[in-house]
Amino acid sequence: MKLDPLGTLAFNFALLSLVAVGGANAVVPEMHRLAVDTYAWMPDKEFADLFAISSAAPGPNVLIVALIGFKVAGVLGALVATIAMCGPSSLLSYTVSRFWQRSRGAAWQGFIRRSLAPITIGLVIASGWVLAQAADTDWLGIVITLVTVAVLMTSKLNPLWLFGVAGLLGLVGIG
Amino acid sequence: MTSLATALPDTPRRISRRELFLGFLFVGLRGFGGVLPWARQMIIEERHWLTEEEFVELYSLCNLLPGPNIVNVSIALGARFQGWPGSVAAFTGLMTAPMVIVLTLGALYEHYRALPELGPLLHNLSAAAAGLVLSAGFKMAKPQWKKPLAVVIALLAFTGVGLLHWSLVWVVLALVPASLLLHRSLKQ
Repeated sequence: MKLDPLGTLAFNFALLSLVAVGGANAVVPEMHRLAVDTYAWMPDKEFADLFAISSAAPGPNVLIVALIGFKVAGVLGALVATIAMCGPSSLLSYTVSRFWQRSRGAAWQGFIRRSLAPITIGLVIASGWVLAQAADTDWLGIVITLVTVAVLMTSKLNPLWLFGVAGLLGLVGIG
Repeated sequence: MTSLATALPDTPRRISRRELFLGFLFVGLRGFGGVLPWARQMIIEERHWLTEEEFVELYSLCNLLPGPNIVNVSIALGARFQGWPGSVAAFTGLMTAPMVIVLTLGALYEHYRALPELGPLLHNLSAAAAGLVLSAGFKMAKPQWKKPLAVVIALLAFTGVGLLHWSLVWVVLALVPASLLLHRSLKQ
């Protein structure tokens, strides 16, 4: 049976959208299964490369979905995959956040916020930790990470300056 | 600068759709190595749309819901200031530029695959990105330092996902009810 590639993209990513608790990075293994095993859109190495590109480029990590869609069906495929991946979860967030906003000040909100905030903080620091492990494969990487943390914790410097310095070092071959 | 932030009224001022679009456009363009730290920077420190605690609340809610977290933040923040047209403005602002960039890179990749010159550049940028994410987490943690229960739960989340590489879904499903119950019993 030959399935319309756009329909296949839309259906699979709309489903993924609703199970992606914790964001796009949480469903990367599932995307890999779809793109490499189930539909054979690309080999393993290409999936890894596309993931690296989407991580290095500016913007949300979810754009790995755009690259998969692009590979399958060009620019239209990229748009369909991205909208499918963001649509259902966005409708849910819209509804829940409106409800949350309307009952602002209710005691249960403070209670839920106090309970959820530490989990969020732990997960954000864990993301930083995982990224640091991937990036800091040598002393220079460790130094860049530590200097970035130290500068941002103690000043109001725009982080783009740190990226500029790190990028320049890389461009002259230090990295 | 801090006096300006604290002087802001508790109720959110009206943020226009144009501001939402432009704010998130610049967040998307700067969002190397994850967008959250840049969103935090823009929303709290540059444009003073929310306080640190309001942002943690919004982000916690968006983190709990399925889907890309930062997309949820744009939807929820847009809705808060301008209803659904605000959500559309913030979402399109966030996604448009990175989408064009990532597809351009994807097309270039098809032709050139891996250029060796890009190795050190990407290595250094990802190291700085890791530091940026870590510092965003530490800043969010600041108001919680003196609450022992919050510190324990944050450490559990960090250990499960960061050190033990457990599935985030299970960590969240286990910690959310645990944290709710513990905070409830603490109150009584």
